[in-house]
Amino acid sequence: MPRASLPNSADKIEEVRIDTDILIIGAGNAGCFAAIEAKRLNPDLKVTLMEKAHIDRSGCLAGGMDAINTYIKKGRTIEDFVRWSRSQAGGLLREDLTITMAEVLNKPIEEWEDWGMPIKYEEDGEEYKTRGKWDITISGSEMKVILAEKTRECGCEIINRVVATNYLMDGEKVIGAIGFGVRDGKVYIIRAKATIIATGGAAGLYKPYQNDGNDSHHQLWYSPFNVGSGFAMGIRVGAEMTTFEMRWCATRTKDFNGPIDTISVGYKTPMINCKGEQILKTRYAHLGGDAAPRFIRANLPMDEWREGRGPCYVDTTNMTQEQIYDMKYDYLNERPSYVLFLAGRAQDLQKDPIEIYGSDPYIVGGHTASGYWVDVKRATTLPGLYACGDVAGGTPNKFVGGCAAEGLLSARAAVEYVTGLELANINEDQIAREKDRIFAAGFRQAIVGDGVKPREMEERLQRLMDEYAGGVHQFFRMNKEGLEYALRHIKIMKDQVKYLIASDLHELMDAHEIIDRLDVAEVLVHHLMYREETRWPGWQTRADFPEKNDEKFDCFVNSRYNPETGEVEMFTRPYEQIIPGDRLKA
Amino acid sequence: MPPVVYKEKCKSCGKCEEVCPGDLMELAEDKKAVCRSARDCWDCMACVKACQFDAIETRIPYQLGYYPAKLIPKMRDKEIEWTCIDINGKVEKFLVKTYNK
Ligand SMILES: Cc1cc2nc3c(=O)[nH]c(=O)nc-3n(C[C@H](O)[C@H](O)[C@H](O)COP(=O)(O)OP(=O)(O)OC[C@H]3O[C@@H](n4cnc5c(N)ncnc54)[C@H](O)[C@@H]3O)c2cc1C
Ligand code: SF4
Ligand code: SF4
Repeated sequence: MPRASLPNSADKIEEVRIDTDILIIGAGNAGCFAAIEAKRLNPDLKVTLMEKAHIDRSGCLAGGMDAINTYIKKGRTIEDFVRWSRSQAGGLLREDLTITMAEVLNKPIEEWEDWGMPIKYEEDGEEYKTRGKWDITISGSEMKVILAEKTRECGCEIINRVVATNYLMDGEKVIGAIGFGVRDGKVYIIRAKATIIATGGAAGLYKPYQNDGNDSHHQLWYSPFNVGSGFAMGIRVGAEMTTFEMRWCATRTKDFNGPIDTISVGYKTPMINCKGEQILKTRYAHLGGDAAPRFIRANLPMDEWREGRGPCYVDTTNMTQEQIYDMKYDYLNERPSYVLFLAGRAQDLQKDPIEIYGSDPYIVGGHTASGYWVDVKRATTLPGLYACGDVAGGTPNKFVGGCAAEGLLSARAAVEYVTGLELANINEDQIAREKDRIFAAGFRQAIVGDGVKPREMEERLQRLMDEYAGGVHQFFRMNKEGLEYALRHIKIMKDQVKYLIASDLHELMDAHEIIDRLDVAEVLVHHLMYREETRWPGWQTRADFPEKNDEKFDCFVNSRYNPETGEVEMFTRPYEQIIPGDRLKA
Repeated sequence: MPPVVYKEKCKSCGKCEEVCPGDLMELAEDKKAVCRSARDCWDCMACVKACQFDAIETRIPYQLGYYPAKLIPKMRDKEIEWTCIDINGKVEKFLVKTYNK
């Protein structure tokens, strides 16, 4: 694709206008499944995918996956699944959403297999090979390419390399989206009867510890190209968000910041501290031992460090050579460069175990419960807008299968919603304003030639969040005063957005990435301030409120940015238990 | 993290530019591929897999992993043959299945 240069004035901006029935923003895992399902339900509908990268390798699945973390195997029930997911999330999730997701959880995975994705079977042949209780092992290196091919086949319109920047609005109603082509420099105005947001979660809000000078800035676990744009677009027009404070801070392989389940779940290697103690079984037995909730497992290597018992490891020294070989095979399916990293250390895993450490915190609704507040149809609080995958809240432990399943659910609801509906009228003033907002950093570069580079502002935000809002360098801990400090500086930066400069279209994308991250970070800090307790140590550790406070906070913390006043309004929503039993037990 | 492009092998086909999820690979004025910002690479290896001319190599930043480890995928119809060479020259090979059909 040839690259255009930045338009140097508003009248030079070329427009592309598209009308469609269903617009899906983000052609990742959930977005592709939504597109396929919508076309399947009604082949006469026009379905358009708007993707900032290229559908073949975009989003979390770019490098592949080696497991589907949630699949309901024979003999297991939806109730079992809810109980497990609930206990892993410390007892707080939307049971209605979890149940509706579980009802369709297996379908996308079995379809993927039909389309060509290899899934491993048990030796006796019949059942998928299991990894943990709910995990199955796949050979998913090319799974995104397979899914993209299927999406093309079903006749969707796919617009690659277009970055969505805002929704088109008709009052409170979402009537499509606007964005710009990062290769062609055109502005895309896509009017739709229903819109599905599927842009994934947010990485890059916090500084990762691997960030030495320049070369490893994006040495992240989560896809660094998912920056939370979908959250930001919703925030800016007043969509209700939930549980941002339940951050996804994970135990990852030290220095590489890569997935760990491949080793610890896949090969049952215990976590140990520098003294060789199996910490889950000993020091943390009272919190559930090996079955402790995810946040406990994420937090404890960091606690061990803080107590002077780091570094920590997953003990690979008892693995056989064959197991080590198989484990590398699994990594080649998911994060192939981790195998290269091990070669870069010439590490003999029978002698040198794999070191582990905390990751930088992410906002990922497929792992924790952060994201849009939705109903069982995956409708957001804005009419005409549905959400699925890592961008949708309320349902932790979705992972690959659950995000895809939500794609199906949101498509079903959108297809129903558009029946008999006419396209709304576009507000041309909004378009004119948004064009100016989109290209502002480019215009400033052309006219003033001096200002703030997107990268400078990104690094400022990441350091601020790391130090004052519970980043990995602070062992995920925070207090009221630090959070207030973070908020003050986020506000300064939000005001400084007008100084951003961009010298080409890629830098313009960088500029919008930091603009979006600022909006997400602001809401996140409000959530962290509001929950004056510690519910999920590690994910959400308030050093000034170290205990859990069920009386006040056994509920969802929600927010709504008020576009009129610019204030973030905080409130709670009650927990509703549907599946009986102890919420902390699987 | 920086993908290294061997310019003499690059045939300017544009495949790496087409797929990179971060919009980082592009053809420079000499029509050879470059990664515009090494620090922004996620080392997903999509570009390495897309290049049919073995012109791209993923490098772990030295700050994290030592020189000169290599990981080379050879794409086939239904599998990838991976060759991994560690810093002491030890070679490991893997045949990874990619399609079940
Ligand atoms: C390294 C890694 C390992 C993982 N391992 C596992 C595992 O083993 N098992 C498991 O079950 N789960 C795993 N997960 C989780 C799982 O992959 C994700 O939760 C899930 O795939 C997310 O799906 P999604 O559709 O919400 O997001 P994605 O698939 O990331 O899709 C988001 C899409 O939106 C696009 N986009 C973003 N912003 C914009 C914008 N402004 N305009 C247009 N498009 C935009 C992106 O380019 C992308 O294509 C892993 C995740 C990662 C990152
Ligand atoms: S894919 Fe390989 S040959 Fe083609 S442009 Fe990229 S580096 Fe050059
Ligand atoms: S490894 Fe992935 S992110 Fe890095 S340049 Fe290649 S395609 Fe882009």
